[in-house]
Amino acid sequence: MAQYALMVWGPSEYGEFGSYPSAEENAAQLEATGAFTARLRDEGSFVFVNGLAEASASTVVDGRGPAPIFTDGPYVESKEYIAGLWIVEVPDLDEALRLAAEASSACRRKIEVRPMGGE
Amino acid sequence: MTDAATVESALIRIHHEEWARVVASLARRFGDLDLAEEMAAEAFATAVERWPRDGIPPNPGAWITTTANHKAIDRLRREAQRDSKHREALMLHDDSPPDPIGAVEDDRLRLLFTCCHPALAMEARVALTLRMVGGLTVPEIAHAFLVQEAAMGQRITRAKGKIKAARIPYRVPAAADLPNRVAGVLAVLYLVFNEGYLASGEESDPIRRDLTSEAIRLTRLVKTLLPEDGEVAGLLALMLLSEARSAARISASGELVRLDEQDRGAWDRALIAEGIALVRERLAVVARGDAVPGRYQILAAISAVHTSVPDARDTDWSQVVALYDQLAAIDPSPIVALNRAIAVAELDGPEVGLRAVDRLGEALDGYHAFHATRADLLRRLGRSADARAAYDRAIELAGNSAEVAYLTRRRGQLVG
Repeated sequence: MAQYALMVWGPSEYGEFGSYPSAEENAAQLEATGAFTARLRDEGSFVFVNGLAEASASTVVDGRGPAPIFTDGPYVESKEYIAGLWIVEVPDLDEALRLAAEASSACRRKIEVRPMGGE
Repeated sequence: MTDAATVESALIRIHHEEWARVVASLARRFGDLDLAEEMAAEAFATAVERWPRDGIPPNPGAWITTTANHKAIDRLRREAQRDSKHREALMLHDDSPPDPIGAVEDDRLRLLFTCCHPALAMEARVALTLRMVGGLTVPEIAHAFLVQEAAMGQRITRAKGKIKAARIPYRVPAAADLPNRVAGVLAVLYLVFNEGYLASGEESDPIRRDLTSEAIRLTRLVKTLLPEDGEVAGLLALMLLSEARSAARISASGELVRLDEQDRGAWDRALIAEGIALVRERLAVVARGDAVPGRYQILAAISAVHTSVPDARDTDWSQVVALYDQLAAIDPSPIVALNRAIAVAELDGPEVGLRAVDRLGEALDGYHAFHATRADLLRRLGRSADARAAYDRAIELAGNSAEVAYLTRRRGQLVG
C-alpha cells in the first residue's frame, strides 16, 4: 500500500463563502466532500483530510541561521494555492487517480495527486 | 562457427520478435523496469558475442530469456549484499490478483499499458513505448524525434522514475477502464506512425519508414493481444492503407504527390488487401449491430474507399462525405470539418467546398493544411491572386519538406 496526497487547488483569496463564490455552491461542495470522505473511511483508504486557510494567512519561517527569520507568506507568488488536501492509502496510482477524480468532482476543483514519502 | 551474416540476420529477427516479451517477463518477475530493460539488452549483447562461436541455440528466444533472468538474479544478489533496503526501494509494486480479463495473459500487454499510462507526458509515453516495447535504442529514438541523445535518455529515465515513485501499476487495467486505456495506447502508436508518415523538419526525409514500420509492427502486436478490439483493428487497417501508398506519395524529385495524382500501380497491393480485409471485418461487426465504430475504424473506412478504386475519378465521394459525417458526430473538431469540406468540394464543386472551408478560418488559421486546401480550391475557381496568398501561408506553415516542394510548384503554376 502507498499513501498519496490529493491536493486541492483553489483561489488565492477567500470570501464570505470560503473559497466558493456562493452559499449554495459552498453548501453543495461541503455535502459532496463530506459524503466522499465518509466513503473513504468505509473503504479503509482514509488517512487525513482538512482544508487550509487562505494563503495570505501564511508565514514563512527560515530557521537555518542562528536566529529564525519570520516573513509574511506565502512562499511563492501564485494565482492559485493548495486549499486543502486528503491523504489516502491505496495499492497504486490507478486507485489514487480514481479517488482523485471523485474528490475533484465533489469539491469542484482541480486536484494534484502526489505520492507521499521521498527516497 | 556459424556464418557471421546468418547470425546477424537471426539476431535482428529475434530481437524484433523477442525483445518485448523478454523485457515484459523480467519486469513482471523482478518488478523493476530499469532492471528488465538493462538485463534484456545485456542478454542480447551476450548473444552477439557467443552465437558466432557457439552457434545459434535451438530455441533462441528461450536462450535470451534464461540468460537475461540469470543476469538479473546475479545483479540483485550483488545489490542485496551491498544494500538490501536499496533493492527493496527499487521494486515496482504488483499485488494485483491474476489477470482480471482472463483471455489476455501476456506480460507484453502489461508493459504496453504501463508505458502508455495517462499519468505520463505524451512524449514520455512515446519514448518509453519505443524503448521498452519496440526495443529501439535511445540514439535511434533520439534521431527519430530530432532530439539530442542525452535529452532523450533523460526523458526515458525520468519517466521510469515517475513509474516507480508514483507506483504506476504494472497490469492490464480493469475492464471498466480498458476502452479509455486502449485509446491511450493507440494514440501513442498513431503519433509514432504520423511522425513517420509526414515527418517534420527541413533536413528530415519526408517519409520515415523506420517509424511507420515500427508503428505498424507494434500495432500488429496489440492486435494479437487484443484481437476483439475494433479500434485496434481500425488503426492497423488505417496504417496499412496509408503505408501501402507511400511509394507513390513522394515523386522522384522529392515532392508530395496528391492522392488523385498518385500512380496507383505503385501502391502495395498486399498491404491494401490486408487493410481492406480488416475494414470489411469491422463493417460486418458494425452491420450486425454488435459495435459502434470509433474514429480509427471510420478513418480506415475512408481510406478503404480511396484505395479500393483503380482510378481516382471513380472515387465514391458521397460515401466519403457520409463517413466524415459519422466521424464529425464523435469528433466535432475543425480538422475533421476541413477534411469533410475537401470531400464536399469533390462532390458538389469547389465553390461549395470553399464556403465550408472558409467557415473554419478562425480555428485553423495556424494550420498549413487549411491554407493548402483553400489555395487549391481558389486555384480551381480561377482566383489566382487569392490562391497565391493562400499558397504563401501554407508554405510558411508546412513542416514537411516534400509538402513544401509540392506547394511551391503549384504556386509557380498559377496564371495571372
